[in-house]
Amino acid sequence: MFEYAPAPESRSVVDLKPSYGLFINGEFVDPTDGGSFKSINPASEEVLAEVAEAGAQDVDRAVRAAREAYEKVWGPMPGRDRAKYLFRIARIIQERSRELAVLESLDNGKPIKESRDVDVPLVAGYFFYYAGWADKLGHAGFGPDPKPLGVAAQVIPWNFPLLMLAWKIAPALAAGNTVVLKPAETTPLTALLFAEICQQADLPAGVVNILTGAGDTGRALVEHAGVDKVAFTGSTEVGRAIARSVAGSRKKLTLELGGKAANIVFDDAPIDQAVEGIVNGIFFNQGHVCCAGSRLLVQENVADRVLESLKRRMAQLRVGDPLDKNTDIGAINSAAQLERIRELSDAGSAEGAERWSPPCELPERGFWFAPTIFTGVTQAHRIAREEIFGPVLSVLTFRTPAEAVEKANNTPYGLSAGIWTDKGSRILWMADRLRAGVVWANTFNKFDPTSPFGGYKESGYGREGGRHGLEGYLNV
Amino acid sequence: MSERVAVRKTYKLFIGGKFPRSESGRSYLVQDSNVSLASRKDARDAVVAARAAVKGWAGATAYNRGQILYRIAEMLEGRREQFVALGVPADEVDAAIDRWVWYAGWSDKLPQVYGGANPVAGPYFNLSAPEPTGVVAVVAPEAPALLGLVSVIAPAIVTGNTVVVATSPSQPLPAVTLAEVLATSDLPGGVVNLLTGRITETQPTLAGHMDVNAIDLTGVTDAELAVDLEVKAAQNLKRVLRPAPADHDWFTDPGITRMTTLLETKTVWHPKGV
Amino acid sequence: MTATATSARSDLSELGRSETALRTFLHGLPGVDQVGAEQRAAQLGTRSIKTTAKAQAIDLAIRMVDLTTLEGADTPGKVRALAAKALRPDPADPSCPHVGAVCVYPAMVPHVAEVLRGSKVHLASVATAFPSGQAPLEVKLADTRAAVEAGADEIDMVINRGAFLAGRYQEVYEEIVATKAASGDAHLKVILETGELATYDNVRRASWLAMLAGGDFIKTSTGKVPVAATLPVTLVMLEAVRDFRAATGRQVGVKPAGGIKTTKDAIKYLVMVNETVGPDWLDPDWFRFGASSLLNDLLMQRTKLTTGTYSGPDYFTLD
Repeated sequence: MFEYAPAPESRSVVDLKPSYGLFINGEFVDPTDGGSFKSINPASEEVLAEVAEAGAQDVDRAVRAAREAYEKVWGPMPGRDRAKYLFRIARIIQERSRELAVLESLDNGKPIKESRDVDVPLVAGYFFYYAGWADKLGHAGFGPDPKPLGVAAQVIPWNFPLLMLAWKIAPALAAGNTVVLKPAETTPLTALLFAEICQQADLPAGVVNILTGAGDTGRALVEHAGVDKVAFTGSTEVGRAIARSVAGSRKKLTLELGGKAANIVFDDAPIDQAVEGIVNGIFFNQGHVCCAGSRLLVQENVADRVLESLKRRMAQLRVGDPLDKNTDIGAINSAAQLERIRELSDAGSAEGAERWSPPCELPERGFWFAPTIFTGVTQAHRIAREEIFGPVLSVLTFRTPAEAVEKANNTPYGLSAGIWTDKGSRILWMADRLRAGVVWANTFNKFDPTSPFGGYKESGYGREGGRHGLEGYLNV
Repeated sequence: MSERVAVRKTYKLFIGGKFPRSESGRSYLVQDSNVSLASRKDARDAVVAARAAVKGWAGATAYNRGQILYRIAEMLEGRREQFVALGVPADEVDAAIDRWVWYAGWSDKLPQVYGGANPVAGPYFNLSAPEPTGVVAVVAPEAPALLGLVSVIAPAIVTGNTVVVATSPSQPLPAVTLAEVLATSDLPGGVVNLLTGRITETQPTLAGHMDVNAIDLTGVTDAELAVDLEVKAAQNLKRVLRPAPADHDWFTDPGITRMTTLLETKTVWHPKGV
Repeated sequence: MTATATSARSDLSELGRSETALRTFLHGLPGVDQVGAEQRAAQLGTRSIKTTAKAQAIDLAIRMVDLTTLEGADTPGKVRALAAKALRPDPADPSCPHVGAVCVYPAMVPHVAEVLRGSKVHLASVATAFPSGQAPLEVKLADTRAAVEAGADEIDMVINRGAFLAGRYQEVYEEIVATKAASGDAHLKVILETGELATYDNVRRASWLAMLAGGDFIKTSTGKVPVAATLPVTLVMLEAVRDFRAATGRQVGVKPAGGIKTTKDAIKYLVMVNETVGPDWLDPDWFRFGASSLLNDLLMQRTKLTTGTYSGPDYFTLD
């Protein structure tokens, strides 16, 4: 009886050019030996813009520009001045926040309410936070006068294009490094808008260079001999390859890779908030979250009750146009990712797990996947072990806290975990034993510039955010 | 009256708190002694022992670990002359004992220095604290055999890691003597495991071992081997400490990076509400 | 309602007979995490309700208003004017629906009853020594009977917060049971005064206590303490009525009261009802707003939607 009318955010705030060059040494330039590719809107498959693909020579140009900027401008610049540039960038991000949010949703497919209320405010927050560190590095606990590394090669994923850019660029610049950043091939546009923001901030040329491209561009960048630091966020498979490629070099490496987080719900949990946490844990950003709570471990004696609440809540999720302010779940980022989600979900059914999705109408064009849960999942199922990176939740049960810990830790990953219980001492007991870099107790998927983020085991190494996030960019 | 015939010592491996010979039955002649030549199987056994020790050691209180490390320093002091007799320069023995004491004190301080509360923009308690990464495979420096060894073992274990250490191939005797100290110092078996022998034999196994969390290549001098080991380590994303520069001065202040590289930072969030 | 919930339906009618049983039950309810509940409420508040949905929501909200005056200065003239407005909120537009009820003190009930007679607008009276409830039980029950006799078909009672906070749940329970009996055929709304209960855990427990004792509605506030209705408090109460129906099969209504002044606020509540308990509660029989100034804002927004022009307060009656 109360159907929400469409409430679309206006696209007119975004001024898209038909094509974009590479951002090298403060200017947009055509590739020398690269090509071009198209970035599409995953919600409609409409082409948004043509984007340059950097070749090996372009990578070399960018690294040289970054080196020169490092040696002549950014490295020698007093921290207080670096800080002021970063503050400027943070301010411009706030001022242009709606434009950034709309473009992020167009290019990525994520709901506007998420890009508007989560991603972009955090992006500004990270720049503000690290801006303040630039002239206080001697107080960061890494000795009285820690030095930058030089040129940082940074490769980021498509799930949080702008936020991952901020996680990479803000600490690197604050510490005194210059950067060459490669955004993901399906989501290059906000990074290019960020390049414009660097121009608007009068950031010295070469301090930030943005190279668009795919895997080959990224490989050329991390393997370039002129690079002192490699920071990568993405799949564990690619992370492994990068770890091999930097072996024996001087390059310092931070990796933020995959996850298969357990979200553990005890029988004394605040159930309604736990259900929100489960939903937020796996359906936030279409489940395209490395720290997603993709394994629900629920105590057997409340499993029915929790699942009933969860299903009722899932039926309220609104899937559709990312630019509609009421959309909860947007588009899957790419055809390839959709294919992977389908393949693993089919494997879940084939292996005997019970699949459920609420009734939900999916748009005809674009890439979509209904929010899905699998019950009757065991540790042996592929969907309990492999990262799906989509809106698919595997539900397992446990009987005792020790069993919950054992199952939660029974994975090569170790990025995050969730605990839901009203008993304080149990939270701390569990948190001590969970092998994960971030433990959310009675909450999930919370991020903050001051809070270190990163994994154990095959989820990578190094931390991003907080004081810890500086370490990967300092010669300590 | 004839001169007394001395009882000679057999230099064996140190695995899980025991002193086994190499399962391969091999030894090599070095420093005028037959020293066990560890095999790949010995390396794997050592990983099993180290893994088994993680829970108890990482779970011990920081105070308790500090006490045990300090106890080790006491025992080292008592055996000072024994190390000198093995050819370790007296100033190196002293530095090694002092280094051990220095690290002992870090056990309950590093979590304060390296962790802490984060002032997040919301109604949350948010705390970051370091935890041991787990099992660490360590290549001790060729020299100085004792100070180098102490300088790689202590930072790894003081925070709760357990180690499998390849000792200096050319000077293994101080290492085996250190093992005797460790065995009599309340250090739980398996926290430190020592493999004497050839690095080229045991290290590829350890670097590629999926139940090892980190490798410390400090003592690897062959650049090609170092690359090979780092590549192998990437298979399960081991944390890596790269080889020390050849001219590294082991007598200087070591800083905290050796400890922190072998730590994981865990950040816990909780809402604040009534 | 799902099959599971139906099959799990339980008989909770015996709980009120024992202090221990009540306490065990109420303290066995799942806790409420404050931060999580408030975030969920805030999230629902970001829904953007436009055009047709907004028009629908405004008319529904008008029908849900318990048009209220609870002042020492209330007079027959004042409450008659209010009742007239309840019948025809927008004299200029006959398509505008009437409100849900008029809510007044017991002494004012006869005057309102005269105006409302023959209409479908309900007549609610506060009772039980509103707002503090600090009177002997007999006085409270007499208060209630008087209101019903004077023509009220809805009774808004207050719970004994002192007894609740002191842990005397059975005393609170029995007062509600007695008031329900004294109310006869009138619907009983139980005011929890959530601002005095201080925690959401208490709100959840008080909600269940009121429902177990037979309340037809649970209502947030008297409007006489600094903290009145809030979105998160209402969320917790909606979850309670949802779970209560799943457990017992009986549907209970919810009435946030106090502090809801704008159309925007009202729509946030409706979105919350829609997404927490569903369309079964999107009806004046099951959801009400205790408010006064809200009505004029709803009327102004309604006019904006029908005419396309932003209106001003001068064009709506002040009663």
